[in-house]
Amino acid sequence: MELYLATAIGLLTAVGTYLLLRGRSFPVILGLTLISYAVNLFIFASGGLRLSAPPILQSGVTTYTDPVPQALVLTAIVISFAMTAVITILALGAWLGAGHDRVDMSEGDEP
Amino acid sequence: MTHLIILPVVLPALLGPITLLFFRAHPAAQRAMGLGGTAALLALALALWPIATDGPQLYRLGDWPAPFGIVLVLDRLAALMLILTAFLALAVQIYVLGTGWDRKGRHFHALFLFQLMGLNGAFLTGDAFNLFVFFEVLLIASYGLMVHGGGTNRIRAGVQYVTYNLVGSSLFLIGLATVYGMTGTLNMADLGQRIAALPDGDMALTRVAAVLLLLVFAIKGALVPLHLWLPNTYALAPGPVAALFAVMTKVGAYATLRLGSVMLPKGTTELLFGTLLAPAGMLTLIIGALGVLGAKGLARQAAFAAVASMGTVFIGLSALDPAVTAATLYYMIHSTLAGALLFLITDQVQTLRNSDDLTQARPPLPGTLAALFFVAAIATAGMPPLSGFLGKLLILQSLPVWPVWTTILLGSLLLMLGLARSGSLLFWKGYEIAAQPTGQIPPLARFALVALILSLVALTLFAGQIHPALQQIAQDLHDPIAYVQANDLPAMGAKP
Repeated sequence: MELYLATAIGLLTAVGTYLLLRGRSFPVILGLTLISYAVNLFIFASGGLRLSAPPILQSGVTTYTDPVPQALVLTAIVISFAMTAVITILALGAWLGAGHDRVDMSEGDEP
Repeated sequence: MTHLIILPVVLPALLGPITLLFFRAHPAAQRAMGLGGTAALLALALALWPIATDGPQLYRLGDWPAPFGIVLVLDRLAALMLILTAFLALAVQIYVLGTGWDRKGRHFHALFLFQLMGLNGAFLTGDAFNLFVFFEVLLIASYGLMVHGGGTNRIRAGVQYVTYNLVGSSLFLIGLATVYGMTGTLNMADLGQRIAALPDGDMALTRVAAVLLLLVFAIKGALVPLHLWLPNTYALAPGPVAALFAVMTKVGAYATLRLGSVMLPKGTTELLFGTLLAPAGMLTLIIGALGVLGAKGLARQAAFAAVASMGTVFIGLSALDPAVTAATLYYMIHSTLAGALLFLITDQVQTLRNSDDLTQARPPLPGTLAALFFVAAIATAGMPPLSGFLGKLLILQSLPVWPVWTTILLGSLLLMLGLARSGSLLFWKGYEIAAQPTGQIPPLARFALVALILSLVALTLFAGQIHPALQQIAQDLHDPIAYVQANDLPAMGAKP
């Protein structure tokens, strides 16, 4: 299970990084999304992987999984989701204003 | 446990939404909320200073004990950063009211308050994941402020800025998850203890996590080669927003300090700061100074000056010596105020010349603006008689090694040359066109600029009183026992 998850995280990060380095805003945003998926899986795995164990601490219970990474990953999901929305709107504004969606800028560009 | 500690976060968190929800159509009320809120934050920060001097104070959110609940820790360093942020924000706020920048787009004041909430939270928190959350709060507000007023190129620069910071946030999360996987805690003080107690076999993992976190803070602090987001963002952001952002790079420096002081064991910090931070800081100073020399526009020049000042700050921080840290903190206060001053003056120059290009000849600018620019340039380059000179002198005096001396002195020379060139192009070349000086600085804006200059003068005059307090802060940072004890952690041994 660890091998599968690690491979998935690695693959998502690799693809995300590749897309991030493209010159147009759509692949860049897609790349950011994939990286955030990889990060979420990584956080989820940081408490250790356990099958069919609830994330609940109770006295007398011995099989449980660490609840903290699950809380952390929720926060991370919400934030990355909101940030994706923000950058999509910004990229849309830049595309409508400039007439193209290239991410790079030249030095002479003034406000 | 005093509830005053949480107020710098809660107050803007309340005022922001109120401004957004109820004063949507009342610009005057929005301004009152913005100005009143910022002034209240300054008063609050000043009231927190005497509390912090009694030693680090803990605030448990929801009264959950330390490693399980999130805590805020108010120590001298946090209180100092709160005061600096609130003072800068108030000056910027007055400038904004004077120039009407807030009317050029929507929701300026709400975003401004959210930005302050994020900054204050980042300075106060004692929990590493909470630091991430406050980073996101201040960043998402800064995305809104950065594109305030619109314009295609500003929005395009905004896309770059957001992308860069989202990658930074991802790295931050990976670093935090690694740390959590190793230690099972996210409380900064607890992290420090548990990382130090890790077996030697985990050393590699500790270093990976430490480098990841340092990388994130270096992005925030615009350390070369991670500075690439800064020149475009600061040059294309509205002038007053860029001035407020002067404190944002300092969040990176602040977090680096906390990382090195509390979270990492001494050996790891020394290795990390000595081999990575020190050379990168020198490179940052030189690249920033070269950027100042080569910039075609005044805004870009001010942005590169901000990069250069961060170089000096990181050189000082990497030395890990209480005397140098105290000097660096002094320089950090100075460079925040001086950087903001330069950005505000740049905004005035842009407004009055209607162009940012230094080489274009335009009708002459008013003499007051020339005088203000002269003072700002002296402050930025670190020349006597202002506090920048004192700050650099203190760093050089406490760090007598030749690479540091060469870099800082060469950097200062380049900064001086670059600023002298733009000063003569801006204020003398204009007289080649036979025309009357154009425009005037709005009175409130002039008040804000003079207030910033007076604060620099005060920083110089009262250096004798301020420096001992900074030495105390540096001492606390190098021996963070009081900080750790304040967290009231359960005894080590029982694994969570």
